[in-house]
Amino acid sequence: MAKRSFLIPGVDKRLLIKDSLKTMPDLSRRRFIAGGASLGALTLLTGCDVVDSSSAEEMLKTVSKFNDAVQDFIFNPDALAPTFPESAITKPFPFNAYYDLDDAPDIDGDDWKLEVRGLVDNKKSWTLPELYKLPEVTQVTRHICVEGWSAIGSWTGTPLRDFLKLIGADTRAKYVWFQCADKDGYNSPLDMRSALHPQTQMTFKYAGEILPRAYGFPMKIRVPTKLGFKNPKYVISMEVTNDYKGGYWEDQGYNSFSGS
Amino acid sequence: MSSLTVTDEQISAKPAKVIQPAWVRVMHWTNAVAMILMILSGWQIYNASPLFGFSFPRDYTLGGWLAGGLLWHFAAMWLLMINGLAYLITGFATGRFRKKLLPITPSGVIHDVRAALTFKLGHDDLSVYNYVQRLLYAGIIVVGVLIVLSGLSMWKPVQLYYLVKLFGDYPTARYVHFFCMAAICAFLVIHVLLALLVPKSLRAMIIGR
Repeated sequence: MAKRSFLIPGVDKRLLIKDSLKTMPDLSRRRFIAGGASLGALTLLTGCDVVDSSSAEEMLKTVSKFNDAVQDFIFNPDALAPTFPESAITKPFPFNAYYDLDDAPDIDGDDWKLEVRGLVDNKKSWTLPELYKLPEVTQVTRHICVEGWSAIGSWTGTPLRDFLKLIGADTRAKYVWFQCADKDGYNSPLDMRSALHPQTQMTFKYAGEILPRAYGFPMKIRVPTKLGFKNPKYVISMEVTNDYKGGYWEDQGYNSFSGS
Repeated sequence: MSSLTVTDEQISAKPAKVIQPAWVRVMHWTNAVAMILMILSGWQIYNASPLFGFSFPRDYTLGGWLAGGLLWHFAAMWLLMINGLAYLITGFATGRFRKKLLPITPSGVIHDVRAALTFKLGHDDLSVYNYVQRLLYAGIIVVGVLIVLSGLSMWKPVQLYYLVKLFGDYPTARYVHFFCMAAICAFLVIHVLLALLVPKSLRAMIIGR
């Protein structure tokens, strides 16, 4: 068969190709839409297997970041967590961690010092007797676990925002990042607005007694506006920072804001 | 719609009556996907701290583990809420809820339940819902609103404290959320069963006619 030319004389080949490409569908977008549609179908058919798909994971991570932003947007720093009478306290208040009580940090209060780092004027470390001298507040609030259960406890300590003021922290920074003495090095970032919430507390006592080992001796950060896993125990340092440094549970997929 | 012109061919063709308008069909199936994602991921979350003495079988949960279940739940939540809200607004604005679901009289319900159980319930005109359908559909809309409100109060018990108060307290909202899920599952079973018994209703929900 004779070779026929479809080109009209005088037409630039490259320009023609360029023009024809414009009328073609965007391949990457089409692939994305097809992927989305099959993902939905796959989900219905196989249930959990779809979680192995990395595109599903990426989608879920993106939505989770969006959910962080939404929660930050609707966060009202003046909304107080409900407080309860002493009679409502859950007895015994549960010990909860990703390890047994036997494996909980056993900290010697005489040796312990709270390290302060990052965007603060005074980076001096604090001993327990020094911290115990700070003004105290007691509040009976509900601890809500990410698993769904909840328990009411009585927490005594210093509002974190007063301490941040005391050390000259830059409260325009994004996070206060806590490092703890737990095995595997639990850590967690707390967004600054939640850190400055009037009920967020550096806790030293439970039910009027020195914080027991089970609940985070010598210092726990009690954040009634967050889920339980955002309440660090056995704290050894705090850092005021603009960097998102991740966290023990956050890095494994739990929503970082996790506000209540 | 007054600007539409009708040709002779269109009149002579006499297309079958639209039983389910396009918006109902789109929202129905979107809701079906959202609900199933919410239920399966919800079971995963339930299993982390069961309210009762049982867990849901792992094979029927979504997300692999608690964090995965939460990610799915809080992603599908948007689909469910946006679609549900659009459905409620359109349902009220178009008068569909009033026309299709009302009135619901006790005597009508008793009559039709009896007829349904003896397989004597007629389905000649799919555009008119019988009393069993009216009760189930109106009921499931109420349950849908309740499950979203109880879910929101569990998600944001401090920020949305007034919602928590509506249910009493946080633990009660959890139970309400669970029982609404159970009601939706029961509805799903009956709904699918009835749709299979009257296949033309399923066809109407897919192609509209």
